[in-house]
This record gives sequence, C-alpha cells and structure tokens, in this order.
Amino acid sequence: MSNIGGFKVNRNALIAAFLLVTVIAGGLYWNMSRPQTKESLIVSSTTSLYETGLLDALKTMFEKTHPEYNVSFISQGTGLAIETAKRGDADMILVHSPSQERGFLESGSGVNRKIFAYNFFIIVGPEADPAGITGMDPIGALLKIRGEGLAGNALWVSRGDNSGTHSKEKALWAATGLVLDEIKTETMEDSGTWYIEAGAGMTATLQLANEKEAYTLTDVATYLKNYKNGNIELVKAVDSGKDTLNVYSVIVCDPDTNPRGMFEGSMEFLRFLLTDEVQTMLVTYGEDEFGSTLFKPWLPELEDPDSVIAGWVEEYAYIDGSECPTQYRKEAAGLYR
Amino acid sequence: MSWGPIVEGIGEAFRLIVSGDRVVLEIALRSLQTASYATILATAVGLPLSVFIAMREFPGRRALRFFFNAMVGVPTVTLGLLLFTLFSRSGPLGWLQLLYTVPGMALGQAALILPIMVSFVVSAIESKDEELRDLVRTLGASETDTSLAIVREAFSGVSLALVSSFNRAFAELGIATMLGANISGVTRVLTTAIALETSKGELGLSFALSFILLLVVLGLNYVISLLREGTT
Repeated sequence: MSNIGGFKVNRNALIAAFLLVTVIAGGLYWNMSRPQTKESLIVSSTTSLYETGLLDALKTMFEKTHPEYNVSFISQGTGLAIETAKRGDADMILVHSPSQERGFLESGSGVNRKIFAYNFFIIVGPEADPAGITGMDPIGALLKIRGEGLAGNALWVSRGDNSGTHSKEKALWAATGLVLDEIKTETMEDSGTWYIEAGAGMTATLQLANEKEAYTLTDVATYLKNYKNGNIELVKAVDSGKDTLNVYSVIVCDPDTNPRGMFEGSMEFLRFLLTDEVQTMLVTYGEDEFGSTLFKPWLPELEDPDSVIAGWVEEYAYIDGSECPTQYRKEAAGLYR
Repeated sequence: MSWGPIVEGIGEAFRLIVSGDRVVLEIALRSLQTASYATILATAVGLPLSVFIAMREFPGRRALRFFFNAMVGVPTVTLGLLLFTLFSRSGPLGWLQLLYTVPGMALGQAALILPIMVSFVVSAIESKDEELRDLVRTLGASETDTSLAIVREAFSGVSLALVSSFNRAFAELGIATMLGANISGVTRVLTTAIALETSKGELGLSFALSFILLLVVLGLNYVISLLREGTT
C-alpha cells in the first residue's frame, strides 16, 4: 500500500488510474491532432428531410466534388431550424414551409430562395380504415374523419409543433371550413378528444398514430422509411394531389446579416442541388430501399411548359409570383427565369 | 441580441404565473403528479429492497449494489426506448395500455429513479455505525420492526434519497418523451413542453417554462428542507 496525497492506494488502484489516464490522454491527443483544414458548412434543416437519409447522401456527393468543405446538417423542427439560421448559427436552410420561408426572407435573414424538390403529404391510417376514407380527396377525408371521430370510431393525430407538416395540416383543416381551435377540443363519449395533439417529430407522431390506430398526415418519405423498418403498420389512405403538395426549398443566409461568412460555400451547395447529378439522383432515391421513390426533382417540372405540377407549385409555394422575389436575390445569376 | 430570449423568458414567466395561465398550470401540475407517483412507487419498492441489501449477507450482494450504483447513470432515452418496446401494442406489456398515459410515464420514471433511491438509502444505512445496526438487530422483535428502526435512524440519508429521486423524475425529459409523446392535455409535462417550444423556435417561451420549472423545484425543495430540519 502506498500513500499518495493522503489517499491509501494499492496496486490495483494504481493500475486502474494509469489505464484511465492513458485512455483519456490518448483520446485528447487523437482528437486534437486531426487536421482541421476543411471549411465547415452548416445547413439547418428539418427532421422530415433528415430522417430519410437524403441529407447524408447529399453530403457525400457534395464533398466528393468539393473536398474543401465539411457539410454538417442540424436537424430540428422547422421553427427552430429557421431560428438557428436567424441567430447566425447556420449558413443556409432546407425547409418545406412556404409561409415560414416568406417570413425568413422578409426578416432580412435570407436570400436566394430556390425550390429543389417536392413530394406529397399523404394521410395514413389503420388498415381496417374505420373512417372509410380510402381513395377520397384530402378535404373530404378530413371531414369524414372528424365525423367518425365524434362518433368514437376514429382518431386523428397532429404533429402540433408548427412544423412544415403541421402547417400543411392546418391549411387543410382551414379548407374544410371547420375552425381548428374548436374541433381540437371536441370530446367523444368519455374517452377524451378524437383530435390528439402530439408535440413531436414525424417519426414519433407516426408511432403514436400507429399505437392508437389513428389517422395522421405525413410526408411520403418519412412514412415509407418507418413502414419499411417495421416501425408502423399504418397504410396510405389518401394519396397525392394538389392539396397535399409538399415543396422543399433552400434559402441561403443573407451575408449582410450572417456573421459566419460562408455565403460563397452556401451558394456552391445551392447550385449543387440544382445540378443534373442531384436532380437525377432524386428520381431514384429510395427506390431500392423502400420500393418507392421519396422525392421528386423540381427542375424537370420547372422546365416543362406543360407541367401540371409546376402550376400547383406556383400557386402554393411561390412568393409574390416567383421562387424568390427580386429584392431577396443576391449574386443569383442564372438561378431564376 | 443573444440575451433577448432569457430576458424575455423571465418577463413571460412572471406574466404566466401572475395571470394564472391555465395551460401552464395544467402542465406544471401534471409534472408534479407524474413525479410524485414515480417517487411513491420507487419508495415502496426501493426502501424494503435497500434495507434488505444493506442489512443482509447474501451471494451476489456486491454485484447487486454495483448494479444499482451504475444504473444511477442510465441514459433516460435508453431506458425510455426499452420501456417503449415493452409497453408498445406489439410488446409483452402492451395489454396494460400504459403507453401515452400518465401512469405509464410515472412507471417509467420510477424505474429511472429506483437506482438513485437504492444507492442513496443503502449508503445512508451503511454509514450508520456497525454497532448501531447490530444493536437494532438484536433489540428488534421482528424483521419489520428492525427495518423500520433502521430507516428511522438513517432518516436524514433516506429523506435526501427521496428528495433527489423526486427531483430527478421531475426534471427528466427522455422518459416523458418516449412514453408520453407530449400529448396536449394528456401527457404534456414541463420538460416536454420546453422541448416542443424550443423546436418551434419559441425560445422566450421555452425560457419562461424553464424558469417556472426551476421555481417549482426550488420552492418544493425549500419546503422539504424545512421539514427535514424539523425532524432529526
């Protein structure tokens, strides 16, 4: 037994201490000695995009041709993703909420908004379809769900978190003519409300809907991923259409207000999203793994004068008649028509 | 600009409390309710278990003590995930229908704080002089009496265990999220509400709720410390 600093230690304790110190010191050294020469590009995005793995795929592709950058994605709720960018903690945002994107531009935080992909929201529900909404249009389906909900036959789960998906849900309820704040609190006989307001991300919300055998609105990508993983058994009840369009945009943080100074790198990433390589990749992304593609490229629609989708997108996701109003464009040669 | 949300939060917290905001009141009460149930449950299981571990010799005693000490640090998300798979409809305990309910969350939190309870109480009992423990053993007529006497003697440490366990349950996020999903009006508690508002970018409101949470913790702990001082 030795006496070190007042503690009585024996051989085992000495060996253990030595091992701990070696491991910690080794870890510190290894961490510090890695070359830190890459420029860090921080993209603030939403959980819906992140959870599908698309962002990781984009990162790999981008860094191959732009090895000087290290792209990091912060995946948060839409509201927080925008807030993060406003506070100067990110260089650009990838989101899917046109109303909140407008606010971002108008607050002077962002420039060069560009749509790069789209897909559809879908209503999913239990296979038995107690509300009988399969194949209906989304507005009709929601009305029917509410009807059956009041009767105690169906449940509806909402994201309840001001996300892009939640914004879409609110817009759909508005189109039914019902007042959301009122119907949210409608109760069934004695088993609570038929409208369940989770305050959670898409995957958690899907799991909740799955457990409760309820209906919910989801983007097709997150749904397919969870379905294929066996996390949920909900099935598609209401498919794509004009009302359920889901549009993904990228907005670069305004260099005049963002202290990070990565405008050039951000613009490189933005243009990268519009290359043939990425737009083509989107055509097949997810096919192998999920049996269906998760996203659709935007540029082919933009360039097709007869595109029906382009018409829908113009109506739903354009801001003051264009992808990005002219006062919010900066060094955007060739980006807009 | 960066202090903005914090200052905003203090003001908002004040406003919410003074106006007796019903939603915040409901959430705070639910936090208290859930943590209390959890503490009661953990105490009911943990106290007898701790006395057993501290007072008896049995094979595996050291391993069991080590297990509980180590589990004090279990990540809440991991425990939450484990319980989720157990309580899920497709899991072995699905028939209990505990998922997305307050009792379910309380049960989960009880599992979380049980190691804290056991570690603290065992420690408290063992810190009592060996002779005292033997004395109590020889004087006590029944096992129950002995156990009660020991708990009384070690009450300072035991009450600390209770308070620490309650605090842990009250302020944790992982279990409440995984087992409750933050459902408005059903399983939303202070911690999950804070997480939600943060994800929405409502930093001021998040801070406000955080201040309220801290206020409750401080207030409660103060009252309990008065109680502890009043009992030796």
